[in-house]
Formats: sequence, structure tokens, C-alpha cells
Amino acid sequence: MGAQHSAKNKVKVAIIGSGNIGSDLMYKLLKQPGHMELVLLTGIDPASEGLTRARSLGIRASHEGIKAVLEDPDIKIVFDATSAKAHVRHAKALREAGRIAVDLTPAARGPYVVPPANLEEHLDEVNVNMVTCGGQATTPMVYAVSRVTPVLYAEMVSTVASLSAGPGTRQNIDEFTETTAKALEVVGGAQQGKAIIILNPADPPIMMRNTVYVLPEDEFNEAAVTASVERMEAEVQAYVPGYHLKSAPVFDTRDTPWGKRPVVTILLEVEGAGDYLPRHAGNLDIMTASARCAGEMFAQRLLGVQEVVA
Amino acid sequence: MKAPRITDTSLRDGSHPMRHQFTVEQVRSVSQALDEAGVPVIEVTHGDGLAGSSIQYGFSRTSEMELISEARKVCQRAKIAVLLLPGIGTVKELKEAMERGAQVVRIATQCTEADVSEEHFEIAKKLGMETVGFLMMAHMRPPEVLVQQAKLMESYGADCVYIVDSAGAMLPRDAYSRVKALKEALSIQVGFHAHNNLGVAVGNSIAALEAGADQLDGCLRGLGAGAGNAPTELLATVLEKMGLNPGLDVYKLMDAAEYVIAPMMPYQPIPSRDAITIGYAGVYSTFLLHAQRAGERYGIDPRTILTELGRRQAVAGQEDWILDVALELARDSQVHPPIRHEVVEETVEGAVVEFKQLR
Repeated sequence: MGAQHSAKNKVKVAIIGSGNIGSDLMYKLLKQPGHMELVLLTGIDPASEGLTRARSLGIRASHEGIKAVLEDPDIKIVFDATSAKAHVRHAKALREAGRIAVDLTPAARGPYVVPPANLEEHLDEVNVNMVTCGGQATTPMVYAVSRVTPVLYAEMVSTVASLSAGPGTRQNIDEFTETTAKALEVVGGAQQGKAIIILNPADPPIMMRNTVYVLPEDEFNEAAVTASVERMEAEVQAYVPGYHLKSAPVFDTRDTPWGKRPVVTILLEVEGAGDYLPRHAGNLDIMTASARCAGEMFAQRLLGVQEVVA
Repeated sequence: MKAPRITDTSLRDGSHPMRHQFTVEQVRSVSQALDEAGVPVIEVTHGDGLAGSSIQYGFSRTSEMELISEARKVCQRAKIAVLLLPGIGTVKELKEAMERGAQVVRIATQCTEADVSEEHFEIAKKLGMETVGFLMMAHMRPPEVLVQQAKLMESYGADCVYIVDSAGAMLPRDAYSRVKALKEALSIQVGFHAHNNLGVAVGNSIAALEAGADQLDGCLRGLGAGAGNAPTELLATVLEKMGLNPGLDVYKLMDAAEYVIAPMMPYQPIPSRDAITIGYAGVYSTFLLHAQRAGERYGIDPRTILTELGRRQAVAGQEDWILDVALELARDSQVHPPIRHEVVEETVEGAVVEFKQLR
């Protein structure tokens, strides 16, 4: 659809951060621009490969970080793929300059956003946070159950290939579990959430695997839960093509702090699109794909487009 | 060779065969018996470390924080240790455990992923705790890789790094070469944690000692995951015979195993066919009960599931892959998995009967 829109039907966007995430997002925005036009990628290291790569693809690149973004008043939406610390600064500057920030760092200056669960509620915000990779992968499924029946407790276990867990995740692994657990509650609708992350160094690298366990509060209809989960798989696939259930939801009974209760187990795999990062990096793919999806919705909103295109 | 420091992990690794059902009374009696027998460090935590209480691993019957407090209260001499797996537990639980009386933290990572533990070591040191690094599933990598990882933990502030044979897959030469490599490369202490899946937990511990290990782990009567760890009373007796007893009361430990731990055990961990398979395939010892449960539900030999998990290079904590593999095997063998099946939880009584029959 991208090609049929003329430039005036596009919102100019920029990426701050020339690392893996920024580069993968750049490829996604070039491949599937929607109502966005990527006009700038910035980093802070003049020797960054990411900047060279952007230039070779015809994208303006700057090593002046956020400064270059603020100097171009036409840029309306900014993806921040730097670090939590940097984003705290960027968030303030972007807000003052009237730009919309899609935050891919753990800074969480704005509300958590998981597209199929709550993106539409937050299109008036000037800053949204993309939670964590595991949060993007599993919150939709908790939401899929909670939209059918109230959820007492939800737990996710995310296993990612060691090669695709960057230094940010490694140095702040507590932040991952705490943030993800909170997203299962705030966005997923669970009264209580818990998150576990495991890094697997297998060679060849594994695909990102997620398991979601959900304890419904009341008696529930299994067929309705299965249908909602399968519908959600399709909703996420609309913007993350490599997202799929490994099997139909499994229902069994476990001993829990709330007595013997039925548990819904949902097994998921995320294969990366291979845009820039390898296919096993499904965890990074789902972050950039979700951010692109959020950017697209903001762009449509700014343009007053009625159709909803993921 | 010098006498090693012994850490007893009945109240942590033993949480697995106990299905995380330890009570305050049980923890009190075990801690007291170990303390009186002169065991210097007693580990008390959910089997999968702080905050391990979950659907993935099994919920704790009693909050581990309560159990830590209780152990601290009854011990005169012993230090209380806790296990922390970054990715499961966080610094938040570590701080609470310290307030409850934990003085030692053992920070465990898959043996290739030590760099996830930096924050935890730093904070534990700031809190004034003794810190031990745990390189889990250490059979999966050669000594030189383990040295690099152990050095990371040393740089973060570890007082000791353990080679952890989580799968009970090592032979004495494997334990020896790994501990030896760490001893040569590090300036801090080195420890070894065994599992008895191949029946060589004590032998491996002695090999580690010969390679220079400063610390060894045990659990009373082998109450640990898989076929259990090196039995503490047995290890103590062997050390006594070697003239390397670090001050343990051997008879008291035997009595603790016989009269305190054995009566509360749901079954006797032994190198059973499934536990042997865990050692042979090199998978996490805690997969034992989970694989048996999945095997029962889908009508598959647990050994087939465990072997497949080994082929897939499953690591510590990946209990959710068991269901994955079982579903795939069930599909492949054209066995239609039942839509719903009431899972038969083995009752403690039933398991005791089974154990008595075994004897």
C-alpha cells in the first residue's frame, strides 16, 4: 500500500539509535512504510555502521543524536531505540518540541502499549512505551483470555536465544521481569502477573519461545477461550508475521495458592522476519514490529485516515 | 588437599522432590539437626531459587521468606544461604531474604550466561553478603569456556564460583578438569555441586576435591532433584575416612538423615530409570517429575521426552519445553492428545507406599 500514497499523505518519522534495534526498525519502515516516511536515523557515534548503512539506503543519517531530530520540525513521530537513561532525557525534549515518542527502551515515561490490547486507547498520548520483547509476545494472550473471562493470575516464561539477548537485557534482567509482570497486569488484565526469562545458548540458535499460563478467576468456557486465543494469534500476525501458537491452548488442573484450579497453557513461538536481524531473533523482531505498528497508528491519526491498517 | 566447606541444600534442592511443600516445622527440624551436626551453611529457598514459586516450577506451600526466618531462628552457628537465579528472582527478593536472616547468596546462571548476574553480585556485596556464583549445567561446556564465565563472576565480586553439575551428567574426570581449570585461573574459592543421576555424586565430589575444590554441596539422604545430590551424611563419612572432615559430626548427620529427613520424604531419590536418563541425556535434574507427569498425561515414556530435551539443548529452568516436546511426540506418534484429562497428582501417601515397596 505504501507506494500509492504521495509524500503529502505521509508523516515524517525518525529513529534515534543506530544499533541493532534501530537498524531492524529502519528496514521495516522501508519495507512497509504505511503512512510513514523515514527521513532520518541518528546515533551518537560518527563511526557507527548503522549510520553508514542508513546512508547507503538513501536515508539521511546524523551522529548528533536527538539534536538532529529536533532541528527538523517536519518530523512528527520519533522512535527511540537508545537506552532507558537516554530516553528519560529524550522524552522531555520531544514532549517540549511537540513530537510523538515511541519508546523502545525500558524507560517507560509513557503508558505501556501492546497494539492489539490497548494501542487505540493511547493515541492521544505524546509518549508510549513498548514494554519488553516478552511483554509484546505474551501480553496479547493474557488479554485474549481476560476479554473472555476475568484473570486471577498470569505468568509468562520467555526463552530467547543467547545470541539475541543484547547487553541491555543482560545488565537489567530484573527490569525485564518486573516490567513484563506489570504489563501482564496493567495491559493484559491479570490481577497478578509474573514473568520469567531464560537465555538458551543452543547452537543452532533457538526461535523465541514463550509460554503463557493463565488462571481464570471463575468457571469459564474452554471453547470461548480457545477461540479468543486463536483470534488473537491472527491479530498479532497482522503486524508480526512470524508469531504463532505451537498448539491449541492446553487445559489442565494445578495446585495453586488459590486451591486446585484450572490452568490455561498457551505455547507460542516467534520467528523473526529476518529484515536485518537473523530469524532466531524473534524477540527483537516483535519489538520493532510492534513499534512500527504503533507508529503507523499514530501516523494515521495525524493524517485523519479512517481505515485501520496494521 | 584440605577439608572443604560443606553447604547442605536439603532445604533448597530438596524442595524439588518435596514438590515445594516444605512446612515451617520441617524446616525448623532439619535446620536444627544440621546446625547441631556442625554444617556451616544451610541453603533454604524454593528449589528454583528466590521467587521460584510459580506455575512453571510449582508453587511453594509456605512462603520461602517465612522458611528463611525460621531457619535463621533455630540455627546457632550455621549461616543461612539462599539461591537466586537472575531471570526468575530479583534483587527485591534478595533484599527481603537478607532482612529475614540470609547471609550467603548463591547466584546461579546457565554456564554461558554469567553476564546476567553482574547487578545481583554488586548489590549482594553492598548488602554485605557472602556471594557464591553458580555456573549451572556445566557439563555442556568445556573448561576453558567455564573459566571465562567464572572470571566474569569473580570480576563482579563473587567470593567463590561453583561448577554445578545440574544434570548429574559428569564423570569424575569431567568434574576434575573443570574444577582444576577454575582453580588455576581464579584467585577466589571454587566449589562443586553434584547430582547423583549416574550414581557418581560422591565420586565426583571427591574428584573435585582432588582438583582443589574449597567447597562442596550435599543434601541429607540425597533429598535433591533427579537422583538427589551427594548425600551429606555420606560425604561427611567419606571425608572423615580421608582425614579431611571439616568438623562435621558424622553420627549426628546419619541420624538427621535417618530420623529427621527420611520420614518427611515423599520418595527416595535414586538413580531410577528416568533419573539415569537425565544424567545420560544431560538435562536439568528438576525435569524429572515434570517429565513423568507429561509422560503420564500423553502416554509417552518419560525417557523419550528427556532424551529429546537433551537433543534440543534445553537449559536450566526450561520446564515449559517438556509440554512442548510431549505434545510434539504425541502428535508424531499419532496418539491424539486428550482435550481434557484430570491430572493425577501423586499423593505423598501413595509415593511413600511406592518407596516402601522399593525398599
